[in-house]
Amino acid sequence: MSAGRDVLTARDAGLVGCRDCTRVWPAATTTCPCCGSALMSRDRRALQRVWAWWLVALICYVPANIYPMLRTSTLGSVSQDTIVGGAITLAEHGSYSVAAIILLASVVIPTLKFIAIAYLALSVARPSSARQRRQHMLYETVEYIGRWSMIDVFVVAILSALVHLGSIASIEPGPASLTFALTVVFTMISAQSFDSRLIWDQLEDEEDHARAP
Amino acid sequence: MVPHNDVSATAAEGLSALVVCPSCDALYRMPQISPGEDAICHRCHRVIAAPRRRAGMQIISLAAASLVFLVATLFFPFLKISAAGLHNATSVLDVVLAFTNKELALLVLFTAGCILAIPALRMGLLLYVLVPLVFDHPPRPGARSAFRLSERLKPWSMAEIFALGCAVALIKVKDLAQVDFGPAFWMFAGLVFLVLQVQRNLCSRSVWDALDQDPALARPAPVEDHRA
Repeated sequence: MSAGRDVLTARDAGLVGCRDCTRVWPAATTTCPCCGSALMSRDRRALQRVWAWWLVALICYVPANIYPMLRTSTLGSVSQDTIVGGAITLAEHGSYSVAAIILLASVVIPTLKFIAIAYLALSVARPSSARQRRQHMLYETVEYIGRWSMIDVFVVAILSALVHLGSIASIEPGPASLTFALTVVFTMISAQSFDSRLIWDQLEDEEDHARAP
Repeated sequence: MVPHNDVSATAAEGLSALVVCPSCDALYRMPQISPGEDAICHRCHRVIAAPRRRAGMQIISLAAASLVFLVATLFFPFLKISAAGLHNATSVLDVVLAFTNKELALLVLFTAGCILAIPALRMGLLLYVLVPLVFDHPPRPGARSAFRLSERLKPWSMAEIFALGCAVALIKVKDLAQVDFGPAFWMFAGLVFLVLQVQRNLCSRSVWDALDQDPALARPAPVEDHRA
């Protein structure tokens, strides 16, 4: 489907669009007169920011998986659970659906998110493919789903606030809760830094080449 | 939406008649859509504008109600736990204060921010921006920055994620102890619902258009009566 073919972009029209208020202005405008945000037709330098946040997030993701997420003490015995360990414990107790939610939110989504952001950032750096629509959907999905990874951090917060029953049971947060929260925050910033307009530029550039004799 | 191909018309109509897709940079002439309809980008399918009838007044009421719920949520017990004769009831404030052991202080701030401070700030900012507009007063000073901040905070407002977290936490401790919902849990559920309703009614392009009304030109167009 030749989606972008009949679409004129703000850049083609010699204009620059504001991503906050959807107004357009002459290309030389640097600050949006309507909402005051900085205007930039394409933010190529943003790719560096994407990679920087991506890398920091990846670094945080390592201790998030190694160190315990929570420390449970019940009647004298203390058990420490990492993210994956906690999900396994849940599954052993028969709560398969909750174990699945935790695995999905804390392992599958972050991992796929790392891969998706890297794929998008690499694919706009090497313009060739004509998969804009799918790439854009991937980007929107990453932006939408990423924040739900925070669920495990909140579960730790709730449990450690709630379960203070002296010697019978008490739960404390482990260091991984912090690094995992940071992982989610950094991947969110990384995805937000990405300029999704770059995805669509590939097609236009290719078409320009194709049209040229 | 009809793609805007005739650039020569641009100058005559003025740039404010155009709209750009923030996701893919496609340029359109602002279509005539009536309240309840959505303007969707032709190629990336992003919703660019979605005006709703009486949206301004609805958002104000919803935001004000959500602030009431938010304050109430803070102080009432959220979850109650009991095991072997021992009881503990915890409020949202307790959840926030749980991370008091030094190295996890950052996580305290983050949790508090995502579930309380940011939703409260967003609703407050929306009230600040929309109340004057709906009652036909000139926008307050800084209303534009306030609205921009409110829009940018949207992904960081995580009340609904926290609500799902509660459900997971309940199941996690069900072997350990008996857990019950407190009154604040239901208020929090109400808060999540109200915040999502605000989201559904809020069309940022309509608000920007209303904020952009130049008093000198005196074009009457309150938020809910936005024609484009």
